[in-house]
Amino acid sequence: MREFKILGVVIFFTLLVYWGVEPFAHSQMHPHVAPADFTFKDLGTLQKQGDPKTGADTFMNAGCIGCHGVQSQGMPAPMDNASASASFGVTPPDLSSAGAIYAENFLAALIKNPAHALKVEHKFNETRQHPMPAFYGLGDDLDQEIADIVAYLKSIAPKQMNGKEVFVDACQRCHDMKYDKMYTTSDRETLAGYMGINPPDLSMMIRSKGTEYLNIFINNPQKQLAGTSMPRVGLNEVAQEQVISYIEETGDRKKSQREAIGPKIIGFMLIFAVLAYLWKVKIWRELH
Amino acid sequence: MAVKKSRRDFLGMAFGGFAAVGGVLTLGAMKQTWDPLPSVQAAGFVTVDLSPLQEGELRTITWRGKPIFLLKKTAEMKKNENRDVVVGNADYSVIIGLCTHLGCIPSWIPSTMQFKCACHGGEFDASGINTFGPPPRPMDIPPFKIDGMTLVLGEEGSEYKKLVAKA
Amino acid sequence: MAHIRKAEGVIDWLDQRLAVKKLAKVMMTEYWIPKDINFLWAMGVVLVVLLKILIISGIFLLMYYKPDVNLAFDSVNYTIMQEVEYGWLWRHLHGVAASCIFLIIYIHMFTGIYYGSYKQGREMIWLTGMALFGIFSAEAFSGYMLPWGQMSYWAAQVITNLFGGIPFIGSDLVVWIRGDFAVADATLTRFFMLHVLLLPLAIITLVAVHFYALRIPHVNNQEAEELDFEAEAKKFQEGKKRESKVVPFWPVFLSKDFFVVGVFMVLFFYLVFYHYDFAMDPINFEPANSMKTPAHIYPEWYFLWSYEVLRGFFFPVGPIAAMDIGLAAFGFANVIFMIFPFLDRDPKVAPAHRRPRFKIWFWLLLIDMIILTIFGKLPPLGINTYIGFVAAISFILLFVALPFITKKDALGGTK
Repeated sequence: MREFKILGVVIFFTLLVYWGVEPFAHSQMHPHVAPADFTFKDLGTLQKQGDPKTGADTFMNAGCIGCHGVQSQGMPAPMDNASASASFGVTPPDLSSAGAIYAENFLAALIKNPAHALKVEHKFNETRQHPMPAFYGLGDDLDQEIADIVAYLKSIAPKQMNGKEVFVDACQRCHDMKYDKMYTTSDRETLAGYMGINPPDLSMMIRSKGTEYLNIFINNPQKQLAGTSMPRVGLNEVAQEQVISYIEETGDRKKSQREAIGPKIIGFMLIFAVLAYLWKVKIWRELH
Repeated sequence: MAVKKSRRDFLGMAFGGFAAVGGVLTLGAMKQTWDPLPSVQAAGFVTVDLSPLQEGELRTITWRGKPIFLLKKTAEMKKNENRDVVVGNADYSVIIGLCTHLGCIPSWIPSTMQFKCACHGGEFDASGINTFGPPPRPMDIPPFKIDGMTLVLGEEGSEYKKLVAKA
Repeated sequence: MAHIRKAEGVIDWLDQRLAVKKLAKVMMTEYWIPKDINFLWAMGVVLVVLLKILIISGIFLLMYYKPDVNLAFDSVNYTIMQEVEYGWLWRHLHGVAASCIFLIIYIHMFTGIYYGSYKQGREMIWLTGMALFGIFSAEAFSGYMLPWGQMSYWAAQVITNLFGGIPFIGSDLVVWIRGDFAVADATLTRFFMLHVLLLPLAIITLVAVHFYALRIPHVNNQEAEELDFEAEAKKFQEGKKRESKVVPFWPVFLSKDFFVVGVFMVLFFYLVFYHYDFAMDPINFEPANSMKTPAHIYPEWYFLWSYEVLRGFFFPVGPIAAMDIGLAAFGFANVIFMIFPFLDRDPKVAPAHRRPRFKIWFWLLLIDMIILTIFGKLPPLGINTYIGFVAAISFILLFVALPFITKKDALGGTK
């Protein structure tokens, strides 16, 4: 029938335009990158078995608490946020939950060589040192000492965390989440100096970037945005999923309502179309 | 009768003409309502100190909502008498950092000493002269006045007028 | 004064004062439409439905939107999208309908071109239709600025900059349009006024004129057959409905349209709920930043073909800069459809399948515009620039050739 032929032509050209301006254009503008790697293969695996008890001592002796707080163990941060960010550019993280949210080989690599593990070696060098000094060990086997520290951090970490708590520990030192009234703990001006620009507010990131992009980006920012000053975050898979769903709950909080109403309205229009068709057939019957 | 008719014509045309003048004046008023406000026009002056600039390092400031590139030229960069702003004994590039194609902000690539525009691939050299792609002309130089080691952007000093005359 | 009797009912009361029965006949039951039509003739009613959706959703958005560069982004993305009950629904409806209305406008336009519904008395339909296209474009552009996202800002910056290419007054004109040296608060508030008042008023007025322009020359039909509407209408009213070649607008024509609208709405709401990114570009969920150009700047999909005509000319010819050539070509692309009826030199109204050369021309134009659309979004690198150039030149040449092709068809006679 003629109408179907015409409909076919209209649909063909509509889909062709759609393909051209959406999937095809995006494939050209944003080349495909490898998916997130939660094993952090480039950092190797942890060879030694750490002991949390020894780790606690190593942790104290290594000078970590010179900068970091561990609130859950009754060790507050040595400086308030304002003076800490003035001295370091950004406030140093509290380590209470580090063992829970970061991958263990990432933590180990970070302690050994921060700029390398964070993938910010393009920003820091001999003359401009990373604010966290590398740990050269207390004299015994370095890898064993680091494994002990990691084991200690894991032993004190909370077993259960929600997305917002992960956000606080992993993101909030630099980023705002305006739509949830969460603001960076660092001083904005020194932070801008430290990072090059003020890190963006994350409220609408879920709509501007989407889950897939965020998942790859947080795991390794350099893959999506070469040269960015944002460090690799090093979250393990569970924590990253939690923080992304927190970003989604904040930026797209009507998603569930949208998805619940959708089928109802589409169903309504389907019935509308069927009734309209029956009415049309009735009216046109006497015309042909 | 003939006289009466022509008088009516004259009156009609006079009335129409008078009304039209009013219409044109109203349009003039409307046009001016759309003009930039005096406060917007007055906000167009910015003073910037050039002394802390390092050779070869790009500094970007804002003037009239536009980025201004300030670049103290190094020895390797070609001097350009028609565009360089000479303050003290150094040459500076002072340019409006908007691509002259469609107004995107080019980025400074220190390794090649070029400005590159991500939008449509335009390239400029360290003096802001277009060397490749769609930009039709070099990046613009904002009006400036030299006052010791400081620049006043938005004011047309004698050095600016000299550059304009050369271009 | 008319003699007023005691009314027999509400309708009669109104009829004595407003002649509503006569009005209903003129507008609905005795407004005759050819019978030999297909679903493409329903696009007008689909457009009316989309326009209604835009107006209604717009009213609700207007209640919470704040036209101020410091407040606009959050008023849209927080207040409307997350706080206001169903605010997200109005916004999704508004954004998706704005994109879909252009798809239907293009289908409507190409239907007119294919069936020759723009000449021999139907010129005013075409001219008002193209004027509507122009104002809808301005409406879409001004509306896109309002959420004050990255692409709102940069599209506004780039498009207003186009006026800078006009000789002599260009740079002053750009500042005048923006009300500031760069796109700023003054720009946002004046485009807000245009978007919610002046342009909608113009659209509604022009829609009325567009409909009125149909009444004298009547709606065209699939075979462009010239009908004696009075004779055919008489047949219909005498009961010879099968024999008559016309049908009344209400209920016959509209019953078919409602079905088409119903089917289209299923697709439309699917897009609203599950597939909106094509109409609500994710990049625009980043707040406007005048100091950071997005990696790729492109207009919405429905402007891409003319944008690519603008970009296609990337090299200077003699003393004329590339940008000026592109701008001239862009101007050409935007007015050439307006004078379409006067470029067609074939006096006969016939569908393209009965005009051998015009038929080829029609499909070439469609394909060329799709190529322009696709390449208008791609980064202008390497081979893309050359394809864009060829497509832009082809677009112009097609229109240069149109008078000759149609003349030749006229001389050769139709099949």
